[in-house]
Amino acid sequence: MSKCYIKGIASITAQPTTVEDQFLEEIISYQESIFRASDPNYKEFIKPAAMRRMSKAVKMGVTASQMALKQANIEQPDAIITGTGMGCRQDSEKFLEKILYDDEQYLTPTLFIQSTHNTVGGQIALGLKCKAYNVTYVQSAVSFESAIIDAQLMLDEQPNSNIMVGGIDEIAKTSSRFHILNGDVKKEEIHNLELLSSTTTGTIASEGATFMVIGNEDTTNNIAEIVDVEIKYSASVEEIKKDILEFIARNDLEITAIDAIVLGNNGDHSFDHYYQELQQTLFKDTEQLYYKHLIGEYHTASAFAYWIGTKIFEYKNVPDVLRLNDKKSQEHKNILIYNHYRGENHSIALLRKC
Amino acid sequence: MAELVEELKEKIIDQLSLEDIEVSDIDNNDPLFGDGLGLDSIDALELIVLLEKEYGIKLTDPKEGKAIFQSVQVMADYITKHRTK
Repeated sequence: MSKCYIKGIASITAQPTTVEDQFLEEIISYQESIFRASDPNYKEFIKPAAMRRMSKAVKMGVTASQMALKQANIEQPDAIITGTGMGCRQDSEKFLEKILYDDEQYLTPTLFIQSTHNTVGGQIALGLKCKAYNVTYVQSAVSFESAIIDAQLMLDEQPNSNIMVGGIDEIAKTSSRFHILNGDVKKEEIHNLELLSSTTTGTIASEGATFMVIGNEDTTNNIAEIVDVEIKYSASVEEIKKDILEFIARNDLEITAIDAIVLGNNGDHSFDHYYQELQQTLFKDTEQLYYKHLIGEYHTASAFAYWIGTKIFEYKNVPDVLRLNDKKSQEHKNILIYNHYRGENHSIALLRKC
Repeated sequence: MAELVEELKEKIIDQLSLEDIEVSDIDNNDPLFGDGLGLDSIDALELIVLLEKEYGIKLTDPKEGKAIFQSVQVMADYITKHRTK
C-alpha cells in the first residue's frame, strides 16, 4: 500500500477548533444532550451569493476543506472524497416538511438539490471549479474511514496526487428528536464534561466537519502518516481485541509501541464496554484519550480523532481534557484510533508522526 | 400596488434566502437577474413556485418568466392582472 501523509487538516466542531495556534486550550461546556457546532466566520470562506442556499453541513464542509487546503498549501486537489452518515439532514427535513404541509404541491428546487448526501462534495468542487474524481461514502460511523480507504487506493494508482478527504454531519431538529425517542441520544440533560460518569443509555449528539489533504509525496510539510485503516461492520468485544492485536502486528508493532490510544467513548452505558475492555486489558499501560465529551457523537465524529492525533504530533502536547487515565507518554510517534457506533461499524487506524 | 410591491420584496427575500438584503435595498425597477439582485436560474424556478403558491398564477411556459421577472415592479403589475388568490 502506498504511503499516505496528512498535509493539512481542519475541523469544525462544538469546540473552538478553528482558532489558529490553539490546541483545545479553551473548552466550551454544554448542559444539554444535543448541541450545535461552534461557527467560524463562514463569510471569510464562502461568497454570500453561494452561502444563502447552504445548510450548516455545507457551510462547515466547504469552510473546513478550504482551511485544510490552505494548511497544505494546495489550491486544487486531484480528488474530493467525502463521508457522511446522514448527509444534509436540515434540507432533507425541510423538503419533507414542505411535501407534508403543502400537500405535495409547490416543491422548490433548492431544498431538493441541497438535500442529497453528496451536496457537500459537490459544493466544494463548484467553489474550487474542480472537475476531478468526486465521491461521497455513506457508511454510518465508518463513512469517513471509507473515504480514507478510497483515497489510499487512489494514491496507489495515481502517485503524487493530493486528495481531499472529509467527514461531515449536521444536526436537524426533527430527526434529532427521533434519536432521543429511540434512545440513541440521552433523554436527560447532561453536562458534557461529565459524560463518562453517566449510567444511562444513549449519548450526546452534535455535528461537525473534519477535512484533510492527503498525498503520498514525502515532503517536510507532512504532519502525520496514516499508516493503516481497517473497518468492520459487526464484532464482539473479544473479536475487536483480536482484530486490534492483528492490526498492530501486521504493521510490525507491539502494543508497547503505541504511545497513545484515542477512543470513542460516548457515555452510552450499553456500548461503552467495548472501549472499557480495551482500557482495562490490552491498553491498561497505554496513554488513553477520548474526545466525544467535547464534540458529541455523530457518524463522522471519529474524523476528529485524526485531528487530535495530528495536533499531538504538531504541538508535542496532550491537553488534560482529553485524558482517560494518568499514563503519559514522553514522546508520541504511534497513535492508535479505535471507534464504533452502538456496537457496529468499528474502525481502527494507526497514525504515525512524520 | 405599493403594498403589493413591499409584500413581494419580503416574499422574495424569504423564499430566496437573501440573508443580507433588506426590503429597502431593492429598488422597484432594479433588474432581478444579472446586475441587479444577481439572481440565477434556480431562483427563477423558486419565483415560479412563489407565483403559484402565493398568488395562484401558474406559468405553463417557464420562458414567460423572463419577461415577468424583469423587476419587482413588473412582477407586481403581472400579479395584479393575473392573480387568482
